[in-house]
Amino acid sequence: MSVELDVFVGNTTIMDEEVYQLWLDGYTVIDAVKVRREGGVLDECEANADVVLSDTMDQYRTFQMCERLLHSPPKLANQLLFQITPHRQTILIERYYAFDDAFVREVLGKKLSKGTKKDLDDISAKTTVTLKSCRRQFDNFKRVFKVVEELKGPLVENIRHHFLLSDKLAKDYAAIVFFANNRFETGKRKLQYLTFQDFAICAGQLINNWTVGAVGPDSFVDNMVEDMDVDLDKEFLQELKELKILITDKDLLDQHKSLVCTALRGKTKAFNEMEANFKNLSRGLVNIAAKLTNTKDVRDFFIDLVEKFIEPCRSDRWTAADMKLYLTHYTNSVHILDTFKHQVVWDRYMGVIKSCIFKMYHD
Amino acid sequence: MPGKLKAKIVAGRHLPVMDRASDLTDAFVEVKFGNTTFKTDVYPKSLNPQWNSEWFKFEVDDEDLQDEPLQITVLDHDTYSANDAIGKVYIDIDPLLCTEAASIISGWFPIYDTIHGIRGEINVLVKVELFNDLNRFRQSSCGVKFFCTTSIPRGYRAATVHGFLEELVVNEDPEYQWIDRIRTPRASNEARQRLISLMSGELQRKIGLKVLEMGGNAVVGYLQCFDLEGESGLVVRAIGTACSLEKLSSGSILNTHTHPNTAPASNACNSPSKDGKEPVFGEDLPSSSGPPTPFRALPTSSSPPPPFSPSKPCSRQSSSSDTDLSLTPKTEESVRRRPGIFLCPSSPILSADTLSLPGSGSVGCGLGSVPRATTPHPPSFTYSDSALLRKSVSFTEDLLLAASGMGSGGSAGKEAGPLKTLLRQQTQTALEQREFPFFTLTSFPPAFLLHVGGVVNARSVKLLDRIHNPDEPETRDAWWEEIRQEIKSHAKALGCHAVVGYSESTSICEEVCILSASGTAAILNPRYMREGCLDIGSTDHRFEEPSPPTCGFCHIPYDELNMPFPAQLTYCYHCRRQKVPDVLFTTIDLPAEAAVTGKGCLIQARLCRLKKKAQGEVNATAISNLLPFMEYELHTQLMNKLKLRSMNALFGLRIQISVGENMLLGLASATGVYLTALPAPGGIQIAGKTPGDPSNEQHLLTIQKRINEATAKNKELYQINPPELTEEGVGSPIPEPRQRSRLFRSHSESSDEISELDLSHGKKDAFVLEIDDTDAVEDIHSLLTDANPPRGFYSCNTETMPGIYNWTSGIQMFTSVRILRLNNTNLTNQGLNKIFTDLCENLLKSFYFKLRSMIPCCLCHLNFTVAVPEEELIQVAVTAVAMTFDKDQTQEKLAEKLIPKGGSDTDEQLQFPMELCADSSTINSQPSSKISGVPESTNISSRAASVDYGSFADRCSTWLELLRLKAHTIRRGSVKTSRRTQSLAHSVSSLEHSSPLPDGRSRSLRSSRSFGGSTVTVVKMTPLSFLPGTRIIKYLGIINMFFIRETTSLREEGGVSGFLHSFIAEVFAMVRAHVAALGGNAVVSYSMQDCVLMENPNKNQAQCLINVSGDAVICVRESDQDSLASTTTIGHSCSSTTDVTT
Repeated sequence: MSVELDVFVGNTTIMDEEVYQLWLDGYTVIDAVKVRREGGVLDECEANADVVLSDTMDQYRTFQMCERLLHSPPKLANQLLFQITPHRQTILIERYYAFDDAFVREVLGKKLSKGTKKDLDDISAKTTVTLKSCRRQFDNFKRVFKVVEELKGPLVENIRHHFLLSDKLAKDYAAIVFFANNRFETGKRKLQYLTFQDFAICAGQLINNWTVGAVGPDSFVDNMVEDMDVDLDKEFLQELKELKILITDKDLLDQHKSLVCTALRGKTKAFNEMEANFKNLSRGLVNIAAKLTNTKDVRDFFIDLVEKFIEPCRSDRWTAADMKLYLTHYTNSVHILDTFKHQVVWDRYMGVIKSCIFKMYHD
Repeated sequence: MPGKLKAKIVAGRHLPVMDRASDLTDAFVEVKFGNTTFKTDVYPKSLNPQWNSEWFKFEVDDEDLQDEPLQITVLDHDTYSANDAIGKVYIDIDPLLCTEAASIISGWFPIYDTIHGIRGEINVLVKVELFNDLNRFRQSSCGVKFFCTTSIPRGYRAATVHGFLEELVVNEDPEYQWIDRIRTPRASNEARQRLISLMSGELQRKIGLKVLEMGGNAVVGYLQCFDLEGESGLVVRAIGTACSLEKLSSGSILNTHTHPNTAPASNACNSPSKDGKEPVFGEDLPSSSGPPTPFRALPTSSSPPPPFSPSKPCSRQSSSSDTDLSLTPKTEESVRRRPGIFLCPSSPILSADTLSLPGSGSVGCGLGSVPRATTPHPPSFTYSDSALLRKSVSFTEDLLLAASGMGSGGSAGKEAGPLKTLLRQQTQTALEQREFPFFTLTSFPPAFLLHVGGVVNARSVKLLDRIHNPDEPETRDAWWEEIRQEIKSHAKALGCHAVVGYSESTSICEEVCILSASGTAAILNPRYMREGCLDIGSTDHRFEEPSPPTCGFCHIPYDELNMPFPAQLTYCYHCRRQKVPDVLFTTIDLPAEAAVTGKGCLIQARLCRLKKKAQGEVNATAISNLLPFMEYELHTQLMNKLKLRSMNALFGLRIQISVGENMLLGLASATGVYLTALPAPGGIQIAGKTPGDPSNEQHLLTIQKRINEATAKNKELYQINPPELTEEGVGSPIPEPRQRSRLFRSHSESSDEISELDLSHGKKDAFVLEIDDTDAVEDIHSLLTDANPPRGFYSCNTETMPGIYNWTSGIQMFTSVRILRLNNTNLTNQGLNKIFTDLCENLLKSFYFKLRSMIPCCLCHLNFTVAVPEEELIQVAVTAVAMTFDKDQTQEKLAEKLIPKGGSDTDEQLQFPMELCADSSTINSQPSSKISGVPESTNISSRAASVDYGSFADRCSTWLELLRLKAHTIRRGSVKTSRRTQSLAHSVSSLEHSSPLPDGRSRSLRSSRSFGGSTVTVVKMTPLSFLPGTRIIKYLGIINMFFIRETTSLREEGGVSGFLHSFIAEVFAMVRAHVAALGGNAVVSYSMQDCVLMENPNKNQAQCLINVSGDAVICVRESDQDSLASTTTIGHSCSSTTDVTT
């Protein structure tokens, strides 16, 4: 005796959020049933194992049928097949597009290609995220990437509009797309201590300040330039070369150093180290800026930040407050340098660098 | 005659990619109606085409409008090869043909393909301009309203309930035509879908014509079914109840009083017969000395020519059964006296008189004028005069029989005066005039139902004819006729003149077909039978029976001394004046005014019987021989389970027997309740065959203990704490007479002279189960294994749950299908029973579990359908609705509800609310006292037990005997069974009771979800006739859809479960889309009549057919103000009816 067929279809589609999560997490039906039973679901409504199994299979089927729609979320609101309350729809979409930080950390900045997809089983083994879930997340990244790639207008807005995601999630996806597009290196050992959220915030900074779209609507007649938020502003990168004068001009460098040291003196315990390292650190930051026209160096942006700036500071045991103090004065002192003509570029550059370093300066 | 159908194709969306190269589609649309086809332009390279076409106009007969669907085909243009079909949409135009229903169809429809399912959506506009057709000989019946709802639709009032309608249409099944061997599965499926759509259109039109002939304007309780007879053909049949409905609105009620003729007329759509109904004439009816028939005086001068039924022209009749006469009176007397109804369609002379009407000439009966492209067989006229003759002869006999047999008025009791008897006679005769005094309604206007006799049931096993000729549907028709006659005679045997809650069904396996019909024998209030009487309040003043006692609602209608079956009668526990049976079984819903103690619950009897595989007559004989035993066992199970729950009545009883190659499945579902008017059921007593054996005794004791515990627990669970009555208060129980005199319906006034009084066993009718073999042990185990619903859940198969009134607006309709494969070939009957029982129980458990977030909630209208699709498979399909209710407000609501009630009811009524509102903690304290107070439930004296055992055995044997007598051989034979039953009826309504619904239902508006923001209209669906918390403001027409889905990639679609899951979801989606396009937001009385699944996993194939129906409606949230208004409305209507009564 065996159950040949077993279906349950409600006029309003019934979805159990717990089962949905298990499905998203890539559990098989059998494993999901096990988890549910351990979770005490049998105590509810005098259920037995068969009932839970049947329910789980039904729900899994429903989710599978919905999955096609979830690939383009606006369809979910217009489709006729499932009657789902808007509130539920939002939950379904948000959860479907949610991702594991552990997983995203592995693929961040990688090319979203078939090659990467082949490595998913390694990533799955490493992160203990199931392969099925890894695939879903990877495909989500890729799908979002493909859709916004061809769109004009602001990145976050586009993602939110085309995938009906929450603000937070849309920003995260923007970061993922931005990283994937610029292929930032994030996998090196030295960068392992950084979380996805660290990178996401940095990406947000870069998008808001260094891209074509960042310059603001007034610069463009229609504000609708392709990839405006995805590609860094080439003109700006060129201009960054001008900053080199801060380290190549000996006077300027000394002047800068003395201004910063004056301001810092007595305000921090790490003053001596700051003074001793000033030229090294300044060279590091300005060199990063000067090299950004080179795609390869763009990719190494974060690793460079860590190697050239964060690590030296960390070895000198700067506190986060020290860091803040130092960078603030380091940035502001330049304004007083009369001979330095690139204040605007400097501010645009240092604004982002400051935020990134603040975010990245932790253990 | 003419109508202009206009369609406009606006846009498409979410189309599938048809061109792999571009990932796009070049879509265009063909719009087809009848033989005319229009095309839109090709909209290149888009998945969201905007055609925005012109209006395509079709000029067509209204007959075609009724029969044909508008067919919209979306195709992908291909320059080099044939265009690929994307999918189709069939739109039923019918709702546009009725002025009161929808006026435009506009919306997004899923584009459906029988192989791929839904593939995108298309936005369509459809309108109809209908020219009024005054021709009386037309074949169309535009304007007749159809309702699936088995009660008078909300917002309407039944001026007259005309009676039973039936029709069937037969055709060859395209699937079995030779051409099917060479065409694609898609073409074959579409041919089938289209044919069935045409057939049901035709069927509906014909039913509509009958309604018009009868002078009605609506069909209520319309039920259409398909019989897939395989090679012998395809039968589409329908039954319904013809009514004259009037729309209720605050204005029209007044109108009804002042302008009795115009008010109904304005609502009567295009019925040419509307003027023929002259309500006034009812007043000529004398109440005391009139003729035995409530005929009407002849108003010939003032009334327009009667609506004649034309002598049936042949053209559109390709294969209809011709039973057009069934509803018309056939006695000569009535021919003379009742000009308003056409009596004799077979005589062309009569109808010829009216041929000269203006406007009628152009049609000239439409003989042969309409070609039917799709019907391969030329239409032919198939009426048989000799059959008619035979029919009317037998009818006359029936009439005589009735006249002689019914006069005594049964046990009508002391105060039922001669007036009442006369009245009853009149009603009976009026009803007898109809060939089948059947009603498909399951709930009735207040005061309609006087007495309920019990369930009547008839089955017949037939062999499907292989050399079946589709042009002669008489065979099928004669089969049904036979069964209906049987039902009618059963009803008569119960002293009843009518059958309510009537339904018909079939089960087919290969060439064997079981036809079943069942209903509830009843006595109806004659007022509703007479045309027009209800229109005028004043008319009926003189025509009144003594004010009915508040409780007198289901006293036995049959003669006490000549009871059709053994039963114990007692005086009614409510009025204490008239007799009631100990148990009542019915197929109807619990009347709103019925007094119930506690809550009800779903009770199911399940049974499997193995049979040998056989062919032809041998097989049919084997099945007929098994049927009576199955019915008997199902009945016993029901009775035991009822007792175990301490209940005394079943409502909504539906017994289904399904035939497979090697087994028969029986499933009986009903809602058990404790009717306050009926005696408390005794407990169940276990008796052993071999008293000497100590170990056995011990075993028996254990079982008895378990049963007693279960009974006590059930009482608590369902809050059954009936008021305790002293013996003298109740009046002497009337024992079953020792010797039943088998006088056939004597005229004796026997009811008053109770011959033998045997007080010894009175109401202590403990039910004895004898354990004499393993079967019995199994039975008892199965009795005890039925789990009660978990806390917070209730379940029933009726419209609403007795005892729950405060529904909130949360609802969830669902369909669930489960198929079990029996791999073990050596199963015994017991083993099968267990498997089947577990299957049903597990299904219920699954529902509870899935719907647990809705607690507290009640599963209503749980409709189980069983089938044996293949040799080793058992299929159970369930459609039901879960509705939330407000637990906290119980007390308040009940108080409100019962205040008006209290006026008429005694203190037992007052106790009733207390019990209901008691939550578990209070209940807990009660059972102990109850149990001690009602000793018979726990400690049954051996004396009582033995006495009752005798009566039980007696009952069984007579029952079996009855069955045996009635079991005929196949072909001619039908197996029929008269059901034991009973009756109880709160007497006809007081004003407070007359609201068709429990008032509390509509009150609470808590937790209604808002669906704002979505572009898709939310469409609620329910198998019930109402939506809690809302008011139906408009009925938009009937939804009747048939779909086929096939796949050749079963595994890829997730196996059979995945396949069926998506198909059911698609069917829901299409129903919702059609309702939304009509402007509606809900479907009520939704049902899935058929779900036939065939699979062949080895070939990776499956096919499924689903047929669904329901009423599309617009409903609005019931704000306080609205509900006030509606209450007023109901109040108005009640007062108008009550005027009539008092």
